[in-house]
Amino acid sequence: MQPEKPTFGEPPKWITWVIERLCAPHLREEVLGDLHERYALQVAQWGETKARRRYWREVVAYMRPSILARETSEYSTPTNTDMLRNYLKIAFRTLVKNKGYSFINIGGLAVGMAVAMLIGLWIYDELSYEKSFPNYDRIAQVMQHQTANGEVFTGPSIPIPLANELRTTYGYDRTGGPFKYILLSSWTEGHTLSFGEKKLWKTGNYIEPEAPEMLSLTMRRGTRAALREPYSIMINESVATALFGSGNPMGKIIKIDNQIAVKVAGVYADLPYNTRFSNLDYLVPWQVNVAVRDWVKNSQEKWDNNSFQIFVQLAEHADMAAVSAKIKDAKQRHINASLANSKPEIFLQAMSRWHLYSEFKDGVNTGGRIQFVWLFGIIGAFVLLLACINFMNLSTARSEKRAKEVGIRKAIGSVRSQLISQFFSESFLVVYLAFCIALLLSQFALPFFNEVAEKQMTFPWAVSEFWLCSIGFTLFTGLVAGSYPALYLSSFQSVKILKGTFKVGRFAAVPRQVLVVVQFTVSVALIIGTIIVFRQIQFAKDRPIGYSRNGLLYVQTTTPDIHNHLDAFRNDLLASGAVTEIAESESPLTGVWNVNSGFDWDGKAPDQSPDFAVVGVSHGFGKTVGWQFKEGRDFSKNFGTDSMGMVLNEAAVKFMGLKDPIGKTIREGDLRYKIIGVIDDMVMESPYEPARQTLFYLGNFASNFINIRISPGISASEAVSKIGAVFQKYDPASPFNYKFADQEYARKFAAEENIGTLASFFATLAIFISCLGLFGLASFVAEQRTKEIGVRKVLGASVFSLWGLLSKDFVLLVIIAFGIATPIAWYYLDSWLQKYEYRTELSWWVFAASGAGALLVTLLTVSFQSVKAALMDPVKSLRSE
Amino acid sequence: MRRSDLGEFEEVVLLAVAALSPKAYSVVIAEELEQETGNSVSTGAVHAALQRLEQKGYVSSFLGEATAERGGRRKRLFTVTALGGRILQEVRAVRNRLWERIDSHLLLDWQ
Repeated sequence: MQPEKPTFGEPPKWITWVIERLCAPHLREEVLGDLHERYALQVAQWGETKARRRYWREVVAYMRPSILARETSEYSTPTNTDMLRNYLKIAFRTLVKNKGYSFINIGGLAVGMAVAMLIGLWIYDELSYEKSFPNYDRIAQVMQHQTANGEVFTGPSIPIPLANELRTTYGYDRTGGPFKYILLSSWTEGHTLSFGEKKLWKTGNYIEPEAPEMLSLTMRRGTRAALREPYSIMINESVATALFGSGNPMGKIIKIDNQIAVKVAGVYADLPYNTRFSNLDYLVPWQVNVAVRDWVKNSQEKWDNNSFQIFVQLAEHADMAAVSAKIKDAKQRHINASLANSKPEIFLQAMSRWHLYSEFKDGVNTGGRIQFVWLFGIIGAFVLLLACINFMNLSTARSEKRAKEVGIRKAIGSVRSQLISQFFSESFLVVYLAFCIALLLSQFALPFFNEVAEKQMTFPWAVSEFWLCSIGFTLFTGLVAGSYPALYLSSFQSVKILKGTFKVGRFAAVPRQVLVVVQFTVSVALIIGTIIVFRQIQFAKDRPIGYSRNGLLYVQTTTPDIHNHLDAFRNDLLASGAVTEIAESESPLTGVWNVNSGFDWDGKAPDQSPDFAVVGVSHGFGKTVGWQFKEGRDFSKNFGTDSMGMVLNEAAVKFMGLKDPIGKTIREGDLRYKIIGVIDDMVMESPYEPARQTLFYLGNFASNFINIRISPGISASEAVSKIGAVFQKYDPASPFNYKFADQEYARKFAAEENIGTLASFFATLAIFISCLGLFGLASFVAEQRTKEIGVRKVLGASVFSLWGLLSKDFVLLVIIAFGIATPIAWYYLDSWLQKYEYRTELSWWVFAASGAGALLVTLLTVSFQSVKAALMDPVKSLRSE
Repeated sequence: MRRSDLGEFEEVVLLAVAALSPKAYSVVIAEELEQETGNSVSTGAVHAALQRLEQKGYVSSFLGEATAERGGRRKRLFTVTALGGRILQEVRAVRNRLWERIDSHLLLDWQ
């Protein structure tokens, strides 16, 4: 019926509209009617403004579940559970009926999902670094940019007075400053901790006493404030157990390097592995460092000794970026003109960025491990995509087979949405099965994966986020994998199908071919990338390093005992027959600990103050490590003047521009050094960087490192035990803590090698998944063309020509994929290699080999099916008509 | 008697249905209750109570005529069922018995 025109106001139309949508249909009329009528009454009573206000209250009062709940209908909806069960039943039957396809589908998806899971786990682990510290978003390390030779170098090394500067000029939060803690710290150093007969080699820091508070250490014994006591030490649980067993360590006296006696003031829980501080086995108050080491004491006011670290925690109100900008000139203001040349800029590196964003180039943060996170994230996404593509391709390829089913379903009344839900439930079933297998696979592969990635990851079974992610991930995969078949298959017109005029069009295979090209582009690019990464590693490994690292070991000493009896120690070792030569050095063979500027020589540009690596060595060092002399000679005891002699590496000579270096003089302040020899560059630092210009001189220092050359005829283990015995005789307080030079050198490749191994692992899986898909497609094509093959055979086609007929389409696709992958891979790998000074070339044959490899694998995959089809008895395929 | 079946508001609504019968529907019930109690009562609350009462079988409903004030929509009219009537009686009986037990001096005090 038509209502009369109302003489009263109408309630807001849009609210009516909203309620119409929300309200269950069977309640709609009465609810809206009630609201309308009440509104009309209230308009009459209070006027429109007030009525409107009250109307809101009325509407809100209706918002209850009972209003939203629809009446259960007797007709089924597409999401009805009964039909869902039916869909799943059909899906299951289809799977069982086509075992081959099901295997390829589920297996491929499972492998793809397992890879994605492992990568997800890896990324999760990488992102978890430092997050265990409650204050991690407010902790930072003070770093500085310094300019030398027009290049900006960035590092965490800081002079001591900077801490005071931060304290006095910027201040703590209780006086309105931005800092909560400012902590001077040494590097994490290895020292001997001994208690009675027990001695351990452990790493820890000299750090100011608020450190336990800043790091929120979990104390097992003692309080976080205990480090305020002079000559105290805090140790972690492992050290406590190792030294004291189950006894109470509190108050016991530990000796550091058999020299400094400290009292145990606290025991804290071991820190987790995913932090910069994971090897913080003990903490000693900073004041001990000042009190016992003269060089630290002498550096208290030195702005030019960058040998320390500062960690800060910001106050609640302070903003990291703002504080960082504010302290920029904290050093520049206090230094003399010659130091100011290096334009030091102070800034804060937030703890949250320590692990992933640790690299700087020319004063700009260039990322760091975050690039690997991205790289693996992309690889994981691609591998998963490849698996999804397989699913789509196989489903659509089989569309003709299922066309009849679709046609009949449509004819007897299925609507498209029902067909879509049917195909989606099929894909969800597949994905669900694949997910279960993937869980098993990845759980199975995890130990191996952990070993390669050097991690200790476990599946977070108990974490609800993991399951939420997994569910989301499965749904997403199901949607992506199922969308194309669901939308494509359901769009068939039943009339055409059932009349028999249905024919998949000439271009129906095009999307499929595009997807295959995508798959192989990804695979080929991954293969090329992997090969290049390994070539780069191998290239750096094969680099001449200027000394002979096999049979060479070194020991770090912390007491002067051996240095004081060096000759007797040497004689004992030589007498044992295990050793041919020993020598001391200031730096380990695989690092440079001392970098100085302030050298002068004839021909030096006046405004230059270049850095040189400076390594003090003892007599016999050259013989021990196996120096290769280009010119001149080694240090010799026969020449007393050698105490002021220097051996240069080639890089130094080149840098200094010396034509005939032997006999030339290098000045350092009042000291005059004479060049007595030039050696081949000795690679002590990164194998990817050019060797630093290095000066070797005869040092008379309390030594840091003893280098030992093992006799050629003796086994390493025998030699080590003999050397150990002599070592203990001269330095009984220290553990015999030796390292083999070749192993230490190999560790420099660990990061790249890990990444390379993982990448090759994933690349192999990627090509495997792609081939799996191809295998399915080829078998489908062969099956589809059975009759054609039969006819051709009858008419005299050879097996070879049939093989060519079936294979050439796929080969073409792979060639196209190769054409796309090559420039992309070239571009990215070229920019990756630019990172390394010492790098391999992108040679064309790597690309050619990858392409050929992909082609070969394709041919093998496809041939299996095409030869099978070509060999089939034509009688069989033709008999039916 | 299962008193828990009938909330206080439901009881009032049920009484209102009985009082306004045969022209009881949510708007007039809400208006009536507002007048009687002085508190504002929304039709939504009444509607919910009526739905619950109907589920419990204390009232029955049918769709009535449409009016212009309702934008041409029909209203749902409610009547108390026999079961509803008996429940009301029982509630009343309980109250009466309790009232009768109150000391008459106390009652005078309250007046």
